[in-house]
Amino acid sequence: MYYFDPHIHMVSRTTDDYEMLAKMGCVGLSEPAFWAGFDRGSVDGFRDYFCQLTEFEPNRAGWYGIAHYTWLCINAKEAENVELSREVIAMIPEFLDRPGVLGIGEIGLNKNTKNEATIFLEHLDLAARTDEQILIHTPHLEDKYQGTRMILDMLCDDARLNRSRVCVDHVEEHTVRHVLEEGFWAGMTLYPVSKCTPERAVDIVERYGPERLLVNSAGDWGPSKPTAVPDFILAMRLRGHPESLIRRVVYENPLAFFGQSRNFHFAPPDEKNVPGQ
Amino acid sequence: MEVPIGAAELLEREYLGIRAKILEIAATFDRIDRSRGDLVASREMPLIRQALEVLLSEKENATRAEQIQLIFSRPYDEQWIKTLEMPSR
Repeated sequence: MYYFDPHIHMVSRTTDDYEMLAKMGCVGLSEPAFWAGFDRGSVDGFRDYFCQLTEFEPNRAGWYGIAHYTWLCINAKEAENVELSREVIAMIPEFLDRPGVLGIGEIGLNKNTKNEATIFLEHLDLAARTDEQILIHTPHLEDKYQGTRMILDMLCDDARLNRSRVCVDHVEEHTVRHVLEEGFWAGMTLYPVSKCTPERAVDIVERYGPERLLVNSAGDWGPSKPTAVPDFILAMRLRGHPESLIRRVVYENPLAFFGQSRNFHFAPPDEKNVPGQ
Repeated sequence: MEVPIGAAELLEREYLGIRAKILEIAATFDRIDRSRGDLVASREMPLIRQALEVLLSEKENATRAEQIQLIFSRPYDEQWIKTLEMPSR
């Protein structure tokens, strides 16, 4: 089955992973800007990172027939440095018209601090002014509930935002209802220990239906599995769900969400010309 | 949306997995008990006990996972804008 991974950090993965994803049916992915495991010291560090996301990674993905898209921001963890964050936010528009740039993300909160909330609001303002879509990171573990509720408060307080163009990611059992009820898209991240397992993600689909739900691996430099979406596909099949429902969640939903971005251009693999013809 | 598989079949399929997870928790508790010191001041153990009680609770809307998530979460502070002294917008 063809699928999209709507949230995966390929800068942290090897080229072999691209090949494996392609073999598993991945035809497209989106890569949000994130914390690379260390704090970057200057705005130029982010400029180089954004070049990697918009130049090198699409090339590398293309070697295996995978369409690569990206989101740009300074992540919540580095947002504690407000001065640097403002420099990065001012620089982001240089990249917004590049092919494959879907919007602003993954912005959000990490420890739910004042500085993080301040920079989150400034990212929202940038997205509203430039009419960009938004991808949102929610905090980990015990901070997730409070952070998700704070994020929803800030989103709902900004009347300029179109809720159908915002995805709140890393939802779990205690946060998904709040996100969907407010009219946003919700992303489920499949991680080996924290966040969701494939089986729990299937439970969430069964409880809430497939509307505005995405599933991703968030594969990165830490313990994570880049082929977690195929694990979800298998878990859905073993639970007895029809192929049409599975395809809706892993393929049609990402296309519907991404399709709202002006830089999203995608040729479905079953409509492409066969090479050599 | 209904789970396509029947309850008996689902339990049979999951039984060994549930058994293994419960044994893992039991062995971990035993390991903690065999180690030095005590857990009188532990913040985590009362949370774990609360979560285990939810596991044993009756069916009621099948929201055990959500309830346990909330046990392990900081509560939502509705006044967070005031608490963090955020500037008015």
